[in-house]
Amino acid sequence: MTKYTFTDKKDTRSGFGDGLLELGRKNSSVVGLCADLTGSLKMGDFQKEFPNRFFQMGIAEANMMGVAAGMTIGGMIPFTGTFANFSTGRVYDQIRQSIAYSGKNVKICASHAGLTLGEDGATHQILEDVGMMKMLPGMTVIVPCDYNQTKTATIALGDHVGPAYLRFGRPGWPVFTAPDRPFEIGKADKMIAGKDVTIFANGHMVWQAIEAEAILAEKGISVELINLHTIKPLDEDAIIKSVSKTGCAVTCEEHQMNGGLGDSVAQTLTRFHPAPIEMVAVNDSFGESGKPMDLLKKYGLSPENIVSAVEKVIGRK
Amino acid sequence: MADLATLKKLPSQIRRDIVRMVHACQSGHPGGSLGCTEFFVALYFEIMKHDKAFNMDGKGEDLFFLSNGHISPVWYSTLARAGYFDVAELATFRKLNTRLQGHPATHEHLPGVRVASGSLGQGLSVSIGAAQTKKLNNDDRLVFTLMGDGEQQEGQVWEAAMYAAHNKIDNIVATIDFNGQQIDGPVDKVLSLYDLKAKWKAFGWEVIESNGNDLEEVIKTLKHAISLTRKGKPVMNLMKTEMGYGVDFMVGTHKWHGIAPNDEQLADALSQLEETVGDY
Repeated sequence: MTKYTFTDKKDTRSGFGDGLLELGRKNSSVVGLCADLTGSLKMGDFQKEFPNRFFQMGIAEANMMGVAAGMTIGGMIPFTGTFANFSTGRVYDQIRQSIAYSGKNVKICASHAGLTLGEDGATHQILEDVGMMKMLPGMTVIVPCDYNQTKTATIALGDHVGPAYLRFGRPGWPVFTAPDRPFEIGKADKMIAGKDVTIFANGHMVWQAIEAEAILAEKGISVELINLHTIKPLDEDAIIKSVSKTGCAVTCEEHQMNGGLGDSVAQTLTRFHPAPIEMVAVNDSFGESGKPMDLLKKYGLSPENIVSAVEKVIGRK
Repeated sequence: MADLATLKKLPSQIRRDIVRMVHACQSGHPGGSLGCTEFFVALYFEIMKHDKAFNMDGKGEDLFFLSNGHISPVWYSTLARAGYFDVAELATFRKLNTRLQGHPATHEHLPGVRVASGSLGQGLSVSIGAAQTKKLNNDDRLVFTLMGDGEQQEGQVWEAAMYAAHNKIDNIVATIDFNGQQIDGPVDKVLSLYDLKAKWKAFGWEVIESNGNDLEEVIKTLKHAISLTRKGKPVMNLMKTEMGYGVDFMVGTHKWHGIAPNDEQLADALSQLEETVGDY
């Protein structure tokens, strides 16, 4: 049985910052754009080492998306940085027309996503961004689970061609994957093998699912845990293969139930392998101010909520 | 580059293309297209260094971005007349399976188009990004862009204006088609821009004013604008035009911003526009 532990907590946004710095050293076409949140996005080291390839955009996100689209013409690979809210909802039309429809190689890197942003409250806690981004034709959508995977995913985006959305967060979070753990865009990562239920999770919720798995193992329930870090393109084969074995699924995400990971998994199962599914997600609600862990608990995203969902879905088999 | 006599034959032909294209699909925006014809002829046949064997990156070439994408007819006709694609393709404008989408797009790989436009206010930002990449690549060619005057009501334009001046993006020449009209009526009545020249100056741009419906003057203006580049400031050309120029019943009114002529109106328009180098 695979067991995951951690000794260190780190924010996933630092994985982005460190990944961007490393990628910048490897690829001189990589440029960074930031809308007055260089510290929050951890882009300061990139800025310091590559001042000519870092662009301070000011608090003007719409212009940032347009400039990023333009910079691809002539071969640059722009990585834009701001909060997830301002990376998506605020600039949806700019992304849609100038980036997605135009097929531009822009990497939209979004921090402070979800409830775990914490005290800033609902204005900044976007829970709809994955839905908006995955609906855009040709957009790749990635939600890595910890510092190491965020760093690896950032570096992987350097070789990926086309528009992409990378979502990460603010709080310190367990670092439980190895730095050299293989990561492939669009390829699901099976973290724990099991036979009674498949849990599909991404982002911070992968750790919550690992904690839930330990509780469920005590109860004699065998969980298969799949980290669906890429929501688009979705690894449908991995979903179908796992649920063919376990017969049911629970999805876990720090996002609205409408339009998120659960939605994508449900669509796949409904079309190709109908099976009971339960979703651990925010249920058509805005967030509020508070401590990250308290918020996850209040909005039903705790390990205990996952345990309940698993017991419920197994009962529906 | 052609001699002036040859160049002067083009606007009338392109205007014929515009009204025929819009008539054939009974949709599109003839007014702004007709008003900007001299500007497009000047850019593509005299001013810009560009290659009709189109490639997206355009390294070593001058680039053009159309922000007010609804005037696609004049751009498509100009691109075809400049050899980017066969003029016969103009007949497919806005029709199913066409590369000539209602608003310009890259999705169907139409040569000459580098970004989609139509949702207003985005083209200047894209142009600035392309200009910055030219600087990073040590590419000394320029970026040209055209916006509408109604489009100045979009907030993103002013984000871009501020950014370009602050960062000394001095390898860009932007032009505003200053025809005073937008779909709902005169710009001054819909939402006044007040002193547009003062606004752009206050945002840190080098601003020139010109007449856009005299081909020789447009060429002269753009050459002057180019002489102002590389001096630490982005350059703005406020270009007065008449919407619908060249067709008497379309001139100077917002009414022909976004509607197509019927058969009779088409015949009337074509009777006013000489066929100079051959209809498609």
